[in-house]
Amino acid sequence: MANFYIDNPSLKLHLSHPMMKKIVELKERNFADADKYDYAPQDFDDAMDSYDRVLEIVGEICGDVIAPNAEDVDHQGPHVENGRVVYADGTARNLEACRKAGLMGMSMPRRLGGLNFPITPYIMAADIVSRADAGFENLWGLQDCAETIYEFASEEQKQKYIPRVCAGETMSMDLTEPDAGSDLQSVMLKATQKEDGSWVLNGVKRFITNGDSDIHLVLARSEEGTKDGRGLSMFIYDKRNGGVNVRRIENKMGIKGSPTCELVYKDAPAELVGSTRLGLIKYVMALMNGARLGIAAQSVGISEAAYREALAYAKDRKQFGQAIINFPAVAEILSVMKAKLDASRALLYACSRFVDMYKVYDDIAKERPLTLDEKKEAKYYSRLADAFTPLAKGMTSEFCNQNTYDCIQIHGGSGFMKDYACERLYRDARITSIYEGTTQLQVVAAIRHVTTGTYLNKIKEMEEQQVLPEDEAVKNTLVFMTQQYANAVQSVEGVKSSEYRDFMARRLVEMAGHIIMGYLLLEDTQRDASFRRSLNVYVKYGQAEVAKHADFIGNFGPDALSFYIPVEE
Amino acid sequence: MSLNIIVLAKQVPDTRNVGKDAMKEDGTVNRAALPAIFNPEDLNALEQALKLKEMYPGSKVTLLTMGPARAAEIIREGLYRGADNGVVLSDRAFAGSDTLATSYALSAAVKKIGDYDIILGGRQAIDGDTAQVGPQVAEKLGLPQVTYAEDILSAENGKVKVVRRIESGVETVTCPMPVVVTVNGSAADCRPRNARAVQKYKYAALPSEVAADEKKKAFIEARPYLNIGEWNAETVEADLAQCGLSGSPTKVKQIENVVFTAKEAREVEPTDEALEDLVKELIANHTIG
Repeated sequence: MANFYIDNPSLKLHLSHPMMKKIVELKERNFADADKYDYAPQDFDDAMDSYDRVLEIVGEICGDVIAPNAEDVDHQGPHVENGRVVYADGTARNLEACRKAGLMGMSMPRRLGGLNFPITPYIMAADIVSRADAGFENLWGLQDCAETIYEFASEEQKQKYIPRVCAGETMSMDLTEPDAGSDLQSVMLKATQKEDGSWVLNGVKRFITNGDSDIHLVLARSEEGTKDGRGLSMFIYDKRNGGVNVRRIENKMGIKGSPTCELVYKDAPAELVGSTRLGLIKYVMALMNGARLGIAAQSVGISEAAYREALAYAKDRKQFGQAIINFPAVAEILSVMKAKLDASRALLYACSRFVDMYKVYDDIAKERPLTLDEKKEAKYYSRLADAFTPLAKGMTSEFCNQNTYDCIQIHGGSGFMKDYACERLYRDARITSIYEGTTQLQVVAAIRHVTTGTYLNKIKEMEEQQVLPEDEAVKNTLVFMTQQYANAVQSVEGVKSSEYRDFMARRLVEMAGHIIMGYLLLEDTQRDASFRRSLNVYVKYGQAEVAKHADFIGNFGPDALSFYIPVEE
Repeated sequence: MSLNIIVLAKQVPDTRNVGKDAMKEDGTVNRAALPAIFNPEDLNALEQALKLKEMYPGSKVTLLTMGPARAAEIIREGLYRGADNGVVLSDRAFAGSDTLATSYALSAAVKKIGDYDIILGGRQAIDGDTAQVGPQVAEKLGLPQVTYAEDILSAENGKVKVVRRIESGVETVTCPMPVVVTVNGSAADCRPRNARAVQKYKYAALPSEVAADEKKKAFIEARPYLNIGEWNAETVEADLAQCGLSGSPTKVKQIENVVFTAKEAREVEPTDEALEDLVKELIANHTIG
């Protein structure tokens, strides 16, 4: 009888952000579908009401089905039978509930069987699902592979595959191989074109989440003799055709309900997506950006679950004659957990709105030429999405790990036992800062927005916002932090060494992250005073972090790098 | 073969989460203090109907409820989950109905819907706990009935095959159609609301709900599927003498607030004498008999 959407008012606040009006009107092309489909919205309020109602369904399924199944799924896990994956019983029931509720293909257009939701409410659903069971989010969330088919595949392929995803078939993205993890340029799976023009795939993929899915997106080498990313293309493999078997599934630390497969391709028939050679450099990059936003949502969901578990335990657990929540040391942990959670969520939805804006313009551009103003706006948001996606993935996944660590800390010895959900959350959280690009790789993607000033420009924009008198002091702190950040960037750039910059990159990206999240919470607080606590706690925390990094950079001196690089064995 | 299925449903106060103010001084339910919900076992019945609709494409599921206009809410709930349409049977003449008058009114409405193969309902409602309405509807319509159903396995060649819960396990029975089946709470839970159906039907309403709003009225007129049927005693050609208070032989004499006081369990030797003593004791203290 729990509803994970209704019991969490911060979700509604993010859903009702002022930017949504424009996003929805563009996404709905001014409600052109209103009389074409009986489930299309009539106007903005109608659309928002629909998102609200559908998220209520998501919240109910999560509270009543997915969360109660999570423990059993974690224990039972999936297994392989004759080359096929058999999900844990709970996982199968979760999928069935999601299918019956029509929660697949949420962002796909109606003409292909989808709900035509913007990315923001879809990501909100992912946030809610992840709180219930992060492992299940992987299976459900892979529906955003359909975005890649929608963006890059032929009309015929869209018609063929997307309605199937909307009807509930699952997907996977087959990228990683034994010798190609972070470095996808070395993918070796071989794509061969036969005389009739059709393609077959041969080789091995490893660490493939939900690798026995119905519809696979596969990165393979179509250009014989090539060794880099420009020889790779993207293919669709349809399980109905056969040719791919699951050799084994990994025994993992966390997200145990989500099968991580080793796949063997033996003359597996496949269809080319788009053009050859663009597989990695264009399509996978787009796919990964979507997936990274999904991991940010997963991280926020886990953080939410961790905070709730910790709070409930701290209120319940009595020591020295009182509930431990009353002790300042425990209260501080909880307050900081909540602040990191709220900050993560603010960043997640800021990012999803930017993604919504650029994607919707991209889509409109396929129908008609954009006006000059629209082009300008599309470019602005595309850049912000590009800058905020790695920042959101990096920051939220690290906070999610910290929050699950603190959740166990609050539980004390009991948290180390298998009796409480916190140990599962701790294990589930660990992968978030690794897959879809480690935090270190998010920094690589984000650092150019430090050096080119994307973050600083956005911060300066946010500095313009009018705030209530009681928030002036916090704003002044953020202005001060921004100055420290700008100075640190200048100092690192001044050294003119790419090695030194790479070494300092994470510090600079984190500084930008703290300031941006502070401003986002400031903005949320203007709309809803319940965020004021988290705003103040977060800025106190961020201020100390920014000062720490500024101090490190200021006192470092370029010569000290030799103590770190190369590593002495 | 497609089926015409009618699901009888009731909007009930949520007696599962009762607070201090759940009962009035006179011992009657304080409906205002409890949220109105879809009777849980009626949801189990709806799930069986929706499952049959999937098994036999082209089948139609109609929800029927008796109650005030606000009972339209459970029709909408049913539409969100996959029902095709619904009717609210609403009339002052029905006020004060006991189970006999209720089943009379419902059976009149079922006749009006007509052409039915299966009539489903929950075993009982959580406000009255009588489990009488389903069987009485069957009697009034002259139909066979299967009670305590847990799963309807098939409905073809003029017969339903039903698994029913009995005290010591389950039994599978077949029964000719048309048939009334009442579904037990141990049957499958109802499926969730569907995202598309919620968006399609969220403005579904009774004529009386939108009577004062020209815009909504016009919106629904242009989309007939949004129109929830609103029938009264006259529509279903009910004999007023059999409706409401005048049709209800049950008269409540007194309501007592009984608090269960479970005592410690007692072990009884598995011998004939010991069991006989126990039965005698239970008869003597009016626990049974």
